[in-house]
Amino acid sequence: MSDELDDWLDANTVLLGITVAAEWRDTVRLHLGITRGMAQRVSEFPLPDEADPAPVFHA
Amino acid sequence: MTDFAWASAGTIADAVNRGEASAIDVVDQALRRIDRRNPVLNAFTAVTADRARVRVAKKPVGPLAGVPFAVKNLIDIARLPTLAGSKINRERPPASADATLVARLEAGAVLVGALNMGEFAYDFTGENSHYGPSRNPHDPARMTGGSSGGSAGAVAGGLVPIALGSDTNGSIRVPSSFCGIFGLKPTFGRLSRAGSFPFVASLDHLGAFARSTIDLALAYDAMTGPDPLDPACSDRIDPPIIPRLHTGIDGLRIAAAGGYFRTGAGPEALTALDNVARALGATRQIEIPEAARAREAAYIITASEAGALHLQRLRTRPRDFEPDVRDRLIAGAMVPAPWVVQAQKFRRWYRDSVLRLFEEVDAFLAPATPCVAPPVGQKTFVLDGQQVLLRPNIGIYTQPISFIGLPVVAVPVPQADSMPTAVQIITAPWREDVALRVAYSLEARGVARAPQPPE
Repeated sequence: MSDELDDWLDANTVLLGITVAAEWRDTVRLHLGITRGMAQRVSEFPLPDEADPAPVFHA
Repeated sequence: MTDFAWASAGTIADAVNRGEASAIDVVDQALRRIDRRNPVLNAFTAVTADRARVRVAKKPVGPLAGVPFAVKNLIDIARLPTLAGSKINRERPPASADATLVARLEAGAVLVGALNMGEFAYDFTGENSHYGPSRNPHDPARMTGGSSGGSAGAVAGGLVPIALGSDTNGSIRVPSSFCGIFGLKPTFGRLSRAGSFPFVASLDHLGAFARSTIDLALAYDAMTGPDPLDPACSDRIDPPIIPRLHTGIDGLRIAAAGGYFRTGAGPEALTALDNVARALGATRQIEIPEAARAREAAYIITASEAGALHLQRLRTRPRDFEPDVRDRLIAGAMVPAPWVVQAQKFRRWYRDSVLRLFEEVDAFLAPATPCVAPPVGQKTFVLDGQQVLLRPNIGIYTQPISFIGLPVVAVPVPQADSMPTAVQIITAPWREDVALRVAYSLEARGVARAPQPPE
C-alpha cells in the first residue's frame, strides 16, 4: 500500500516536472492517500456509460 | 453624529438618501474604524481610502447609497494586483478593471478595500502565512474560517456592513458560521465570476456576507444579471427579491437533513439546527442520497482542477506557496483523469437525485460547520470520534451542497456562552428568494441573529 503511494508520487513528479522536497513528501503522500480512498468509493458507484457529465454544468 | 459601525446597509442608505447622513461621514467613519480594528482582526489587505473619497464625492444614490463594502482579494479591484491570498500574485500586474460585481455594487455603494483570505482559496481556516491569519471578532485567538476569512471578519467586526467572498466548497458558509453572520452562496451561474481569480472552475461561486437578511438581499439584487464576460453566468433574469422578502413562509415545505448531515456534528451545531427546525415547524427529516460520496467527488474535482490550475507555479516556485496549500495542490495535480471523470459523472447522477427531493420540499436545513471556530493554528479536530485534519474536513456539510450548485443562505444562530455557529437553508436552483424569505422569517422571530462582538 505504502509502496504504491510512493510509486505514484515518484512517477508523477517526473511526468509533471514537479520537485517534491524531502520535508514535504510525507504530507503530499498523506493527501494522495486521502484522495485515493475517496476516489475508490466514488468509483465503486455504478453509473451507466450514458451518464455523461454535463459539458456545461447548469444548477 | 450617528455611529454607523453596527448599522445595516439599508439603514445607511436610507439615511444618505434622505439627506440625514452624509456619505462622506459614513465612509470616513468606516475608514477610521478599519484603522482602529484591523490591527487586531487582520481582515483588510488593502484599504482604498482615496478611491472611496472620490466615489462619495460623486454623491451616491440608490438602495445602497453610501454603503461601505469590501471584497475578498481574489476579486479584481482596478489598479491593485489581485492577490488571491498569495505571495506569488503580488507580482501580477494591477487589475485593469473592476470585477463585474464590484462595478455593479458601486452603482451606489462605496468600495473601501480588499480582504484577507486563505491562499488561493484552498482552506476552511482563514489562515495565511504570508499576510497573517484573519481573526475572529468574537475571539481573536480563534479562526474566522475560510477561505473568505477577512470578509467574514470585516462584517462580523463592524468594519463594513457588506462584503463579497467566494465559495467553492463552503468558503462563504464556513466563515459565516464561525463569525456569526449571514452568508449567501447563490445558485451556480447566478452571479458573474468575471474578474475573479479562479480556484475550481466547475464549482466556483461568488456571493456575499452581511449582518442581516435584508442587507444580503440588497447586495444580491444589485449584483444579479447576465454577464457575457463569464461563460458560466446564466442569462436568466428573475425579479428582485427585496419586494418579496416580507411575504412570509406560509405554505413552504421545510425539512431538516438527517443522516450524513447530523453525523459528526458537535452539540452547538445540532442545537442550532434543532432550534431553527423547531422555529420553522420543520418536523420532517429527509435523507440526502449519497451525500458522503458527493462530498468525496467534490473533493476529487477540487484537488484535480486546483492542482492543474497551479501546475506551472508548482513547477517553478513551489517554495513561494503556503506549505499547507502547496502540498495539497501537488497531490491534486497527480489525480488520475478517470477519477475526475467519474466524479463529474456522479455529479450528474447526484444532481438529478437531489432535484427530485425538491418535488417534496421547498427547502431543507443542515449545519454549516460541525464545530464552532477552533483556535488559530489548530491542525486537527475530532470528527465523529476520529482525529482528522482540520483543513480538508471543516466543509463536510457544505461540500455536498455547492457540488451541485444549490443556493444557500447561512443564518447565524447565537447560543448563550458559546461561539456562534450557522445553519444552511438550502433550496432548489434559482430559488434564492425562498432561502432568503426563510432566513428573514428566522430573523424576525429572533432565532437567527448576527451577535455583536465585544471589543
